[in-house]
Amino acid sequence: MILRTLGMASVAALCAATFATAETTLTIATVNNGDMIRMQGLTDDFTAKHPDIKLEWVTLEENVLRQRVTQDIAAKGGQFDVMTIGTYEVPIWGAQNWLVSLNDLPAQWDVDDILPAIRGGLTIDGELYAAPFYAESSMVMYRKDLMEAAGMEMPEAPTWGDIENAAAAMTDKDNGVYGICLRGKAGWGENMAFLTAMSNSFGARWFDENWTAQFDTPEWKTTLSTYINLMTKYGPPGASTNGFNENLSLFQQGKCGMWIDATVAASFVTNPDDSTVADKVGFALAADAGLGKRGNWLWAWSLAIPAGSDATDEAKKFVAWATSKEYTALVAANQGWANVPPGTRKSLYENPEYAKVPFAEMTLNSINAADPNAPTVKPVPYTGVQFVAIPEFAGIATQVGQEFSAALAGQQTVDQALAKAQALTVDEMEAAGY
Amino acid sequence: MATQHSRSAARLMMAPAVILLLGWMLVPLTMTLYFSFKKYLPLRGGDLGWVGFDNYTRFITSSAFWPSIQATLIIVGSVLAITVVLGVLLAILLDQPMWGQGVVRILVIAPFFVMPTVSALVWKNMFMDPVNGLFAHLWNAFGLTPVEWLSQASLTSIVMIVSWQWLPFATLILLTAIQSLDSEQLEAAEMDGAPPLYRFAYITLPHLARAITIVVLIQTIFLLSIFAEILVTTQGSFGTKTLTYLVYQRVLESQNVGLGSAGGVYAVILANIIALFLMRIVGKNLDA
Amino acid sequence: MSRTVTTQRKAINTALAWGIGLLIFFPILWTFLTSFKTEATAIADPPVFLFFDWTLENYSVVTERSDYARFLWNSIFIAGGSTILGIIVAVPAAWSMAFVPSHRTKDILLWMLSTKMLPAVGVLYPIYLLFIKMGLLDSRLGLTLVLMLINLPIIVWMLYTYFREIPGEILEAARMDGATLRSEIIYVLTPMAVPGIASTLLLNFILAWNEAFWTLNLTAAKAAPLTAFIASYSSPEGLFYAKLSAASTMAIAPILILGWFSQKQLVRGLTFGAVK
Repeated sequence: MILRTLGMASVAALCAATFATAETTLTIATVNNGDMIRMQGLTDDFTAKHPDIKLEWVTLEENVLRQRVTQDIAAKGGQFDVMTIGTYEVPIWGAQNWLVSLNDLPAQWDVDDILPAIRGGLTIDGELYAAPFYAESSMVMYRKDLMEAAGMEMPEAPTWGDIENAAAAMTDKDNGVYGICLRGKAGWGENMAFLTAMSNSFGARWFDENWTAQFDTPEWKTTLSTYINLMTKYGPPGASTNGFNENLSLFQQGKCGMWIDATVAASFVTNPDDSTVADKVGFALAADAGLGKRGNWLWAWSLAIPAGSDATDEAKKFVAWATSKEYTALVAANQGWANVPPGTRKSLYENPEYAKVPFAEMTLNSINAADPNAPTVKPVPYTGVQFVAIPEFAGIATQVGQEFSAALAGQQTVDQALAKAQALTVDEMEAAGY
Repeated sequence: MATQHSRSAARLMMAPAVILLLGWMLVPLTMTLYFSFKKYLPLRGGDLGWVGFDNYTRFITSSAFWPSIQATLIIVGSVLAITVVLGVLLAILLDQPMWGQGVVRILVIAPFFVMPTVSALVWKNMFMDPVNGLFAHLWNAFGLTPVEWLSQASLTSIVMIVSWQWLPFATLILLTAIQSLDSEQLEAAEMDGAPPLYRFAYITLPHLARAITIVVLIQTIFLLSIFAEILVTTQGSFGTKTLTYLVYQRVLESQNVGLGSAGGVYAVILANIIALFLMRIVGKNLDA
Repeated sequence: MSRTVTTQRKAINTALAWGIGLLIFFPILWTFLTSFKTEATAIADPPVFLFFDWTLENYSVVTERSDYARFLWNSIFIAGGSTILGIIVAVPAAWSMAFVPSHRTKDILLWMLSTKMLPAVGVLYPIYLLFIKMGLLDSRLGLTLVLMLINLPIIVWMLYTYFREIPGEILEAARMDGATLRSEIIYVLTPMAVPGIASTLLLNFILAWNEAFWTLNLTAAKAAPLTAFIASYSSPEGLFYAKLSAASTMAIAPILILGWFSQKQLVRGLTFGAVK
C-alpha cells in the first residue's frame, strides 16, 4: 500500500517534470561497440536539427544490453524509445507486434538503397521493423607479411585445409605469434555465432525439418573436431575465454596470424591509431569444405522502436538520422571513409571514395554470399545463418556454447561436448513445446 | 521488568520494519510461486497455462542442476575457509606492535570498498588474462607457461576474487575481537611458559569463536547470492554456474520465467536449509 | 605491566604487515596507475610501474563519453536515500528489541536476516512487473526503496547490537525522572547511540553503493548509478585496459576516500556484536 502510494507520487512527479519542459527525451539503448560510440559523439548534428529532442544514452556491454532490452520488451517495461538489436531479435519481436513499423520513414531515407540481404532480414510480412545501422558478415583477416615470410599465399576463397596450412606456417609461439585466433568464449553471439556459421560449411545444421536437434550427426563432429584441432595446435592461450573483443585486441597487437571474424573488424585492424599491423592485413572469404556453402554469417545491428514508446515520432526521426546516407557522409567528413558504418547501403559501395577502402569489396562479397533462408547444405525449418530465429535459441545456444567452450579448454572431449549439447537441446526444445 | 505499556509500544515500534520486510519477502515470493506452476514464456506470449510440478521436475532433472549446487557450495565454503583462516592470521599480525599500523589497516580494508563489478573486471582483464594479464607477464618472467586462469582454474579464480573482496571484512571484525582480548590473560599464560601455539589454541581462538561465527553468518548471506563476479568473468562456463546463476540463465537468457521461478524456489529452499543450519550455531553463540 | 617488545620484533612485524597490506592493496594501486597510461603501455610486457608518460587522456575520453556527474549523483542519492530511510525504519525496531526483549526477539532478528538470503534473481521477474505497474522502473525512488529493503536486516542488526551495549540503568534513571518514551529515545538514547548509528550509516552506504544486481536491472538512463557506468566500459572493442582503469577509478574513488576518512567509525560498525 505504501509502495503503491509512493509509486503514484513518483509518477505524478514524473508527469509534472515532463510538462514543465517542452522537449521530448528519447532513451536510447545501445551497445558499446566502436561505431555506436562514434554515433554518440556525433549527436550534436542531430540535436542541432531537432532542438526539441533530448537524447539519453544507455550504453552497455553487448550481453548486458541484450538481456536488458529483451527483459524490457517482453515484460513491456517501456524504458526505452530506441533499442539497438540485431537480425536475431527483429523477426521474433516483429512477429509479436512489439516493434513499430518503419515503413513510413521519409522518402529521402531511401529504403530501396538498403542491401536486399539486410532488408530482407529486417522485414516481416512486408513491414520493416528495424533500420540497419551497420551490417556485417564474417571473413578471413590475415597477416600478409607473415604469409609472405612463410612463402605462402592466401587464396581469395580458401578451404579449411588452406586455413590449417596457413595457421601452421604462421605459428611462432616462442615469439607470441599464434597462427589462428577464433572465438572461444561461450555465448550464442560469441563462439556459437562462429561455430554455427562454420558448421554450415561442413553441411551441419541445428535442426532437421522436424525440429530434431542434430548434434549427434557426423557433420557436427567434423566441425567441432576441426575447430578444436586448429585452436589447440595454433591458437593463443586462453582461447576458450576469447570473444570478439579479446581477439581484436590480440590481432591489433600482432599476436594473431589469422582471424576469422566479423567484417566490421576490418576497419579496426587497419586503423593505424589502434593497430600495430594496420598496413599488413589481407582479406579473404570465409573458408569452405567444398560443399557449396561458406562459413560466413550475416548480422545487422539495427535500430528499432519498441511499441511501448511514448515518443514514436521523435524516435523515428532519430532512427532515420542515424541510419541515413547523410550520417554516413557526416562520419566520412569527420573521421574518414574507413570509419563509416559499413554493410547496409548500396550507394556506399557504389561510392568511388569508399571503393578505395581496402576491405570494402570483400565485405560486400561476404554479405552477399550469406543466405539466411538457406544457410546450410541441407534444408532447415528455420531462418538465420549463425542463429536460429526462434526465441529459445539464445538460451540453448549459450548453454551449448559453454559445452563447446569447455571442450576447447580441454575439460571434455568433442564427443562428450556434443552428447551434452544434444541432450540439453532436446530437453529445452521439449520444454518449449516443439 | 518491562511494563505492559512499553511492551505494546515496543511492538508498535517494531511494526514498520517487520511489515516492510514481510511484504518484501511475501509479495515477490508468492508471485514466484505462482509463476513456478505456470508455463510462462514472455517471448511466446506470456502465460501459457498451468503445468503443475513440471517446472520443478524439469529444473531438478536438468544436467546443470547438481553441478550448480556443487559449485555454489564449493565457492561459499572455500571463500569462508580462506577468509576466516587468513583473517585470523592477519588480525593477529595487525594486533602486534608495529610502525604505521593505521596505514596498513587502510591498505587492508580497501578492497571492501570496491564494487564487485569493478573488482571482477580488473582481476579478469588486468591480472588473469592469459596474454596481457599481469600474472601472465609474471609467469613469463620466470619462464613458465601462463595459467589460463578463467578456463583452467575457473572456480579457483572466482574464489580468489571473492576472497580478496571479503578478506578485509573478516580481518576487521576479527581484529576488533582480538583487541578486546584481555592481554593480562595472555601474559599470565606466557609467564607460565605456555608455548605460542598453546596460547593461540586455548586462549585466542576460543575468544574469537563468537566473532568467527558472525563473520561466517554475514558472509554466507552475501556469498550465496554472488552474481556479478560470475557474470563478468566466466558467465557460468567451466563449471562456475552457481544455483543463482543457473536461475538467472533460465529467467533472463532463456526467458523461461516458469522454469526459472521453480529454480528460484529451489534457491530459496537451499538458502533456508543453510540459514537454519547457521542460525542453530549462531543462535547458540549469540546467547553466550 | 605492559608488554615490552624488542625493536627487532617490531621491525619484523612492520615489514610483514606492510608487505601483506601492499599485496592486498596492489590491484587497486595497479588500476589507479594504469588509468594514467596509454592503452599500449597498459599491456606492456614487462609491465611498467611508475616510469611512463603520465596522461590524463583516459579520463577525458571517459568524461566525454558518459555523463559521470549524473551517474555519481544517482549513486549518492540512491545509496544515501536508502541508508537514511533504512535507519529511520530500523531505529525504533532495534530499540524495542534491545530494551524490551521478549522470548521472540532473537527469532525475529534471525528471521529478518534470513530474508537477505532470498536469491535476488529468483524474484527479479515479479519485482520487475510490480515496478512497471507502479511506474517505478528507472526511478531513483524505486531503487532507493529496494536497496533500503535489502539492507534493512543488516541495519536492524547492527543497531540492535549497539543499543544492547547501552546500560539499562540509564534508562531506568530517565524513567524515574518521568521521561516519556519519546523523550527517552530522543534525549537519552540517541546521543549515546550516535556513534553506532554513524557506523551503521557508513557501512550501509557502502553496501548500497556497490550493489550491482538491482541497480543494473531496474534502471535505464534516468536513475542509473555508477554500477551501470562501469558496465558500459567492460570489454568494448579494441584495447581498453587504460580506459577501464580510469572508469573504475572514478567509480570507486568517492567511496574509497569516504571509507578511508571514516575508517575508525566504520571499523566499530563492523563488529556486529562480535565483541562482547
